Amino acid sequence: MKDHQTNYKDYEKAQEPKRPLLKNCIKAFLIGGLICVIGQVISTIYMYFFDFTEQTVGNPTVATLIFITMLLTGFGVYDRIAQFAGAGTAVPVTGFGNAVISAAIEHRTEGFVQGVGGNMFKLAGSVILFGVFSAFIIALIKTIFSYWSGA
Amino acid sequence: MMTGKQTWVFDSPPSIISTGVVGGPLEEKGNIPNDFDYFYTDQWMDEKSFELAHQHMIEDACHYAIEKANLELSDIQYFLHGDLINQLTPSNFAAKNLDTPYLGVFSACATSMEGLAMAALIMTQMKADYVMTGAASHTSAVERQFRYPNEYGSQKPDTAQLTVTGAGIAILSKNGTGPKVTSATIGKVVDRGLKDPFNMGGAMAPAAYDTITRHLKDRNISPDYYDYIITGDLAKVGREICLDLFQQNNDQINENQFVDCGLIIYKSDQPIFAGASGPACSAVVTYGHFINKLLQGECNRILVVATGALLSPLTVQQKQTIPCIAHAVSIENA
Repeated sequence: MKDHQTNYKDYEKAQEPKRPLLKNCIKAFLIGGLICVIGQVISTIYMYFFDFTEQTVGNPTVATLIFITMLLTGFGVYDRIAQFAGAGTAVPVTGFGNAVISAAIEHRTEGFVQGVGGNMFKLAGSVILFGVFSAFIIALIKTIFSYWSGA
Repeated sequence: MMTGKQTWVFDSPPSIISTGVVGGPLEEKGNIPNDFDYFYTDQWMDEKSFELAHQHMIEDACHYAIEKANLELSDIQYFLHGDLINQLTPSNFAAKNLDTPYLGVFSACATSMEGLAMAALIMTQMKADYVMTGAASHTSAVERQFRYPNEYGSQKPDTAQLTVTGAGIAILSKNGTGPKVTSATIGKVVDRGLKDPFNMGGAMAPAAYDTITRHLKDRNISPDYYDYIITGDLAKVGREICLDLFQQNNDQINENQFVDCGLIIYKSDQPIFAGASGPACSAVVTYGHFINKLLQGECNRILVVATGALLSPLTVQQKQTIPCIAHAVSIENA
């Protein structure tokens, strides 16, 4: 039975259309890069026209990008861009925003508390968990090293 | 009457006297819009949730079928229906409003033919007058249950398939005019160890192959007995593999007679990846497109092999393989 399965799995794999890896990478690079350029433009505008410095401009820039993502997700455009861009739209902060907003929209039918509230971080929750956890580990390593080196 | 190992041949084959087929906006722009009774303009269908819209479609399709047969709802003695949503709620809730003795059936995307086989069995064994059966799916309701939120930006591979939004219903009668349900082969669950939920055609192909060869053997006929052998939703990848399996085993099956509902319903330039899927796929293409072909005499004998991947989101996350099933029903002009 197991042999039978392995044979078929290998055979089936050979029949599948391959994922166009290089093409996907290039598309992700271009769209991901474009999102970063847009972010840079927003930062520059904020610094030029408002009272922000390079240190403080990060938060309003991220908030603006997430706001744009919210509109694109709500109007049903973001998932179409994502089908083209792949990691290009998933990796930047817009991908995180889309994960939260799409879940919130989807679970609206189950009410605000159990639906939106309970499911909003269904996809993004693991990003937050492992983001915070890895930050903790890195901080721990940094603390130990600076303690040893006497700094 | 049992014939061979897995096949029922109906001694007094019931007729499909009427069908009701509805679809969504993407189906309207598809390949076979003339074979539908009604199209909805959006995914909501004037309801508050996708699940309610799903139920709405089932009820509408039933009403179209009943109206076209010049019957009343009270004439229907049994109703067999299924879909993909947890606990079959769209079907169950539709059955509540239809107020008819009801059996919920589930074989994932093979539900349509499981329903038709059982409906024909009830017709012949219980001497019923009218039995109604069908299957439905709603792409947004299915997407949110099995994959991600609809607006979530994930990149799907070319092996993925798009769930059909629609419902296909057939009414069987012991007398009356229409193509006859002559035999049914009940499939076995086949699992060849595939795990990718974005490639269900590849997982289902061996199940389809198993049921088709069993059917032909049990009835002792060759593939050319049928004008068409129609698989449910193997799509591009699965159909190629299934054809290849036939060739490897020297079975004489003609490429032109071996068609797939998942490749018929949409146009190839629509965003459907490898093809269509869902319980509605085989239901609407069979009860719409192919019943019309039979009625117009464009073909006389078809074998519909609906294919289903029996997975759940939980089994996928727990890294289980995908067991698959295929049920075959032959429909022939008298």
